[in-house]
Amino acid sequence: MSSDKPTLKQRYDRLMLKHGRVIVIGLPYLWLMLFFLIPFLIVLKISFATAEYAQPPYSALFTWIDEGVNITINFGNYLFLLSDSLYISAYLNSIRIAAISTVITLLIGYPMAYGIARAQGSLRSVLLMMVILPFWTSFLIRVYAWIGILDREGLINALLLNLGIISEPLIMRQTEFAVYIGIVYTYLPFMILPLYSTLEKMDVSLIEAALDLGCKPWQAFMKVTLPLSMPGILAGSLLVFIPSVGEFVIPELLGGPNTLMIGRTLWNEFFANRDWPIASSVAIAMLLFLVVPIMWFQHIQTKQEENGQ
Amino acid sequence: MTGKRSTFLLSALVFGFAFLYVPILLVIIYSFNEGKLVTVWTGFSFKWYVSLFSNDGMIDAAWNSLRIGVMSATLALAVGTPAGLVMSRFGRFKGRTLFSGMVAAPLVMPEVITGLSLLLLFVTLEQLIGWPAGRGVTTIVIAHTTFCAAYVAVVVQSRLAGMDTSVEEAAMDLGAKPAKIFFVITLPMILPALLAGWLLSFTLSLDDLVIASFVAGPGSTTLPMKVFSSVRLGVSPEINALATLIILAVSVMIVISSLLILRSERARTRSMNQSTIDN
Repeated sequence: MSSDKPTLKQRYDRLMLKHGRVIVIGLPYLWLMLFFLIPFLIVLKISFATAEYAQPPYSALFTWIDEGVNITINFGNYLFLLSDSLYISAYLNSIRIAAISTVITLLIGYPMAYGIARAQGSLRSVLLMMVILPFWTSFLIRVYAWIGILDREGLINALLLNLGIISEPLIMRQTEFAVYIGIVYTYLPFMILPLYSTLEKMDVSLIEAALDLGCKPWQAFMKVTLPLSMPGILAGSLLVFIPSVGEFVIPELLGGPNTLMIGRTLWNEFFANRDWPIASSVAIAMLLFLVVPIMWFQHIQTKQEENGQ
Repeated sequence: MTGKRSTFLLSALVFGFAFLYVPILLVIIYSFNEGKLVTVWTGFSFKWYVSLFSNDGMIDAAWNSLRIGVMSATLALAVGTPAGLVMSRFGRFKGRTLFSGMVAAPLVMPEVITGLSLLLLFVTLEQLIGWPAGRGVTTIVIAHTTFCAAYVAVVVQSRLAGMDTSVEEAAMDLGAKPAKIFFVITLPMILPALLAGWLLSFTLSLDDLVIASFVAGPGSTTLPMKVFSSVRLGVSPEINALATLIILAVSVMIVISSLLILRSERARTRSMNQSTIDN
């Protein structure tokens, strides 16, 4: 056999086979490392700096002196976050507002998803499309639509004043109530879609069996439908809760100056106070106490689903 | 009993869709209002559309947003498609946990954190190597690509997960090289997912206010930034006109794409019926 020595083409192919894999993994890997992971290390670094009137507006952590590197680490930002009640209450407020909005979204979205799942074929796809359609239109404009409705000179006040039901305009915009409306309105499709897909897959004969066995309709719902739709409820709730907890636009446009949410706090530290180190430490705190728990929860969730199957 | 239940479901649907659509409809109606106040209807007029199109700042911002959207969506496809492929077809490799973490994390990351961290990266890079010189369209495109790539990866991954691997395996057994298999078999099969991923990325990029605000520079104001600064103070009829145009464009696109999907599905069922008859 004379084919012991691979030809040039074979060698080239082998090289491509070996390195093609590395290239396919490498491109997204490097991109995400450079533009996603490393930025957090820089945020971490700057959260230990001091704000300065300079360009960029923070002190250097490492300064070169004769003997080597001089490292100045300032824990003051984190101590400040703990000592000023503003930050902790903004954090707790975000969780509370996001949780309440999620529950309201679930209460509105569940019957809608159920209704769509039980609708006839072609009507069902039209209704589904109507749920998805608002998602593709601008988020900012959907929030903006509510300004015109809830404002002091807005439509609801004009209507009620003209009908003589109220004599003074109601304050609806710039309240926490308006923030709930904004979040529920924006994220309702995110709740309906996963609920729909679990409810649609559900076997109707199970409910019929429960009814035959003497369950009242609400009992059948509580004992059969609700537990079976739990994955959808959980998925939908996460899809609503996660983006709303760090929300900036909705509390800024619809909420009042007192509607504190952590995303808005970070924005203000950065843009209004130009305090980059404090903004960075708020980001690190959000990461640790918000993003990491959410990712951990999702991780456990997928593991359980895999084990269940 | 069923009657009561369906009345409840029907009213839930009516109420829910009214909640979703009435605000949008009001914006559309009032974009044709002649007066400046939202509450008073003074007459039908196109004047806010005229003033929208003569607002140079708004036109520039819209142009910026479209350019950034096309570039980000295309780049996101280039980064996200291999990421999705790696996640679903490459099995275990060194650093896989970190990789899947980095693909999943942008989806749950609050926008303010993504924006701040990318800005600090760009500032640090500029200090160290002088690139990127200042911030503008380039930095926004990089930022949008990063978070859109994660969405593309998820879409591609779920399409690949639901796909039969036997064709790819057969091609492999017949001696086709991985690159050839990808371009001849895998790519055409995931084409709908790629299209969906591109459109999703384009929409997300076009819609993003927070991240763009952090990494934008002078001269790279995007449409959402422009809209945000003018609605902060309250309702503006020009924005009503803009909103109506956006809603119109989106609705036309959705209707066309769903008609196309419907047609291709019908064609597929027909050819499947045909083949069963032939057999």
